[in-house]
Amino acid sequence: MLSDKDRIYTNLYGQNDWRLAGARARGDWDDTKAITDKGRDWIVNEMKASALRGRGGAGFPTGVKWSFMPKGDGPVPRYLVINGDESEPGTCKDREILRHEPHKLIESALIASFAMGAHASYIYVRGEFYNEARHLQIAIDEAYEAGLLGKNAAGTGWDFDFYLHRGAGAYICGEETALLESLEGKKGQPRMKPPFPAGAGLYGCPTTVNNVESIASASTILRRGASWFSGLGRPNNAGTKLMAISGHVNTPCVFEEELGVPMKEIIEKHGGGVRGGWDNLLAVIPGGCSVPLLPKDICETVLMDYDSLRAERSGLGTGCMIVMDKSTDIIKAIARFSQFFKHESCGQCTPCREGTGWMMRVMNRMVEGRAEIEEIDMLEQVTRQVEGHTICALGDAAAWPIQGLIRHFRPVMEERIRDYKRQHGGPQQVQLPAGTPVAAIAAE
Amino acid sequence: MVRVIVDGTPVDVAPGSSALQACEAAGKEIPRFCYHERLSVAGNCRMCLVEVERAPKPVASCGFPVNEGMKIFTDTETVRKARRAVMEFLLINHPLDCPICDQGGECDLQDQAYGYGSGISRYHEEKRAVTDKNLGPLVKTVMTRCIQCTRCVRFSAEVAGTPELGGISRGENLEITTYVEKALTSELSGNLIDICPVGALTSKPSAFQARPWELRKTDAIDVMDAVGTNIQIQARGGEVKRIVPRVNDEVNEEWLSDKGRFSVDGLKRRRLDRPWVRVHGKLHPASWQEAFVAIAKRLEGVQGSRIGALVGDLCDAESIMALRDLMWTLGSLNLDCRQDGAKYDLSDRARYTFASGITGIDEADALLVVGANPRLDAPVLNARIRKRYLSLGRGGFPVGVIGSLSSDPTWAYEDLGSNPVSVNGLLSGNIEFVEKLKAAKKPMIIVGQEALTREDSGALLKACRTLAESVGAITEGWNGLNILHTAASRVAALDLGFVPRPGGRSLRGMLSGGVDVLWLLGADEFSVNAISPETFVIYQGHHGDAGAARADVILPGSAYTEKSGTWVNTEGRIQRSFQAVFPPGEAKEDWKIIRAASEVLNAKLPYDTIEELRERLQLGVSSAAGLTADEPGAEAIEAKPLMVPSRSYYLTNPISRSSPTMVECADVYAPGVAVAAE
Repeated sequence: MLSDKDRIYTNLYGQNDWRLAGARARGDWDDTKAITDKGRDWIVNEMKASALRGRGGAGFPTGVKWSFMPKGDGPVPRYLVINGDESEPGTCKDREILRHEPHKLIESALIASFAMGAHASYIYVRGEFYNEARHLQIAIDEAYEAGLLGKNAAGTGWDFDFYLHRGAGAYICGEETALLESLEGKKGQPRMKPPFPAGAGLYGCPTTVNNVESIASASTILRRGASWFSGLGRPNNAGTKLMAISGHVNTPCVFEEELGVPMKEIIEKHGGGVRGGWDNLLAVIPGGCSVPLLPKDICETVLMDYDSLRAERSGLGTGCMIVMDKSTDIIKAIARFSQFFKHESCGQCTPCREGTGWMMRVMNRMVEGRAEIEEIDMLEQVTRQVEGHTICALGDAAAWPIQGLIRHFRPVMEERIRDYKRQHGGPQQVQLPAGTPVAAIAAE
Repeated sequence: MVRVIVDGTPVDVAPGSSALQACEAAGKEIPRFCYHERLSVAGNCRMCLVEVERAPKPVASCGFPVNEGMKIFTDTETVRKARRAVMEFLLINHPLDCPICDQGGECDLQDQAYGYGSGISRYHEEKRAVTDKNLGPLVKTVMTRCIQCTRCVRFSAEVAGTPELGGISRGENLEITTYVEKALTSELSGNLIDICPVGALTSKPSAFQARPWELRKTDAIDVMDAVGTNIQIQARGGEVKRIVPRVNDEVNEEWLSDKGRFSVDGLKRRRLDRPWVRVHGKLHPASWQEAFVAIAKRLEGVQGSRIGALVGDLCDAESIMALRDLMWTLGSLNLDCRQDGAKYDLSDRARYTFASGITGIDEADALLVVGANPRLDAPVLNARIRKRYLSLGRGGFPVGVIGSLSSDPTWAYEDLGSNPVSVNGLLSGNIEFVEKLKAAKKPMIIVGQEALTREDSGALLKACRTLAESVGAITEGWNGLNILHTAASRVAALDLGFVPRPGGRSLRGMLSGGVDVLWLLGADEFSVNAISPETFVIYQGHHGDAGAARADVILPGSAYTEKSGTWVNTEGRIQRSFQAVFPPGEAKEDWKIIRAASEVLNAKLPYDTIEELRERLQLGVSSAAGLTADEPGAEAIEAKPLMVPSRSYYLTNPISRSSPTMVECADVYAPGVAVAAE
């Protein structure tokens, strides 16, 4: 459990002043020059040593990502692009940073840009975050006025501009290359990789795209030292992370917690327990809707970090869990996700464009039970056909929740189908336990 | 070179190649829909997935760069499974209406479904249907068949330079559309039909006419412009059903202009299928014998110097030479092939051709266009200019234009005024653009027909030559002073010296009563009304157009699809085409008609077969070298603006004027008319 002194986001709940004066009181912008004076390499190495992994969901080490940028000064500009298009259902962590800790983000962006040789940084804020974008813009204006941005930003000797761009509400624009396309004014469709953004990103220039939280954590990590950060959490899953609990808990909230804390403990402590008690728990989706769900028995023991959840064939994702109690129609819940992914698929590449609609339609029938039991296997196969064959990860994201459902709740799906047949007639199909010899059936 | 191992076979490919190119180099066939070698890589169909060693998942080979020692596997279970999966996804929302689809038989989706498709469908949900779009008179759409490969979007944006197509909506609702319904404005829009891997974009004029496997295919050369596009004529029975381009990287890559593709229906309309003889002011059907007798009678006692011959724009070199030889034998020096009255410098072949060659455009790094409208004069050549313009990036390919362009040329240019005196301005350095030409390593100047059909063309051409020499456009190994022709027969006729010989009369002289007998070989593009009323006109050609209406004797010839002929394109490239169908009715091959007439006229030509004729055919050198074919024109460039020809791009010759499709295009795309579909 994280102690108060180790918190990065001390104004997470907006109880204090989010503007420059308040941020300064909390330690932001405190001698930023001292950090940049240590040099680019030191910053990148310190970030590597901190073992901070990308907080957007994929969990790629941030310091390593920064080190992919070309060394030295090149002929073309470089950019830091901050991904604030937080559109994952059930996820609302970056929002708190944008509205309550904007200066932490801006200062970290300055340091990160300095480390990567970028003189400009763009933040792409989700279109629906109107108030958050307003807060951030006020903070940017304050920072310019105070000389913290612009020429010789914050006295570091580094010229740095920070621009805010608001999205228009497409989920896919949270994918880093689609975000870059959208930022360039084009249709938000993911690009083929390679080339990766570090080689050819925004306007064809070297670009690093980071999640809001990954960037915002940088200033504190560099102030307090990599060893402090890596000392928290578990090996390879270091540090603290903003998480959230929504769904059937008593006190849904956003909070900062160490990685590697048992999920049950988190639900009990931060979420105030599952509605109706722990035994009423049905399943938890650990990190936004694009990771497979986990049934209660796994939730009992699993730790909230990248590797532990990976081992349970799920993922930490954004770290924002959706808790579902036994009143939930789990098939309907996942069918709703399928509908979401079908709606948000950009339509560029075949498997996702055609597959998401197919999966949604089959899932909708599964909700009613208007299907055959073999179709569960077919659905599973379809998800496998989409997964890993697409340009971006949206195809995977659309496939995984269904795979999780089939993996853990297949009996529920079969029961629903049999139930439908009982009510509406139709051939009764009996699923035999696997391995039943044919002779045994004939003998009956 | 980078060494890549494809399925265990090492191959060397150029650095920067894609995995797909490496696989092709190794002889592996990689299925694809969205990838097209002349378009940018989209990577969205996912059909070309291959496995690469150490890659966690299959990669799209079309956009995956090769590395030294990379191991690619094209035929593993994973790859086959992935391709089958993609094929299944493509087919779930595809209508499977192959029996009524015009693409059937030459459909990429159909072909690849044999390799990767499943025999049964597992998709039992509703299928998608998409509203068809009206893209004008040439391209028919059945958008439900679309597999969203975006080839058409990329073609119109990159090659055609008319970014009118795009995708709207997301996910499975993604549709290709012009957004606001309108006819495509490109003169290359027919290529969309070829480029579409499925039956979403098909030919509107030839819809439901023929199946690809029923068509007899003949290689030929397009005559609708002077590019010499390599085409394949596809015919069923005696009828040409369609014309598609062949690949020739040095001429047309794999594109064909709309006029070349869609004029086919003009080949069966308004045809001259029998001889006609004018008796008492009225044309009467006649036999060949009667026609020849009529000619022989009229020519009796006429001096050679009172006979003239004019060659049209669509003639093959063989018939031009036969007519020339006939005229010479009859003692006539009145020959002309320049219906538009253009003036050329005939002293050297390079001076009346596109001297740098069409591929020279790929090397040029600055361009000056004088009195040409490349987009309309030669759409395929214009696509190459655009390609060069795009490949050099912003500002990398400065283009200056003297003259007025009637439409967006699809590349950015500096307007140097519509008045040809600007050439003097460039020479004196008053116009700054000359610095860009001087700075270029391989500057190019394109002089079009609009600059050559003026009174002062001689002076203008000379000034262009001086300019070319002063900016380094004519150096050792590079000749960048190019003449852009618009008539397919022109260079061959100039090669053969079909111009007034010393003492002979040019077109103008022949019209104003200078000759008693005028032989028109497919010549319709001049004002026939200007022929003096006493002149006896023999029209030999294939369409009942302006020339035939004025004729006293009509000799029905054959169109370019109906004869084996030799063509010389604007760059002087000599190409042979083959006979696809027979001429209609009693019409004959043109050189044979002239050969037969020579016998009647007691001026027998010394060849009996086309092979014998071709032995004498001397192309590739200017046989008129040293002749000054023209009356002296103005001495200096006149301050008269260069005029854009008022005729429509779609109606420049008798074949296209007879084509309902081209007439419809001319209506839809008439200048001043807002381009809207219906």
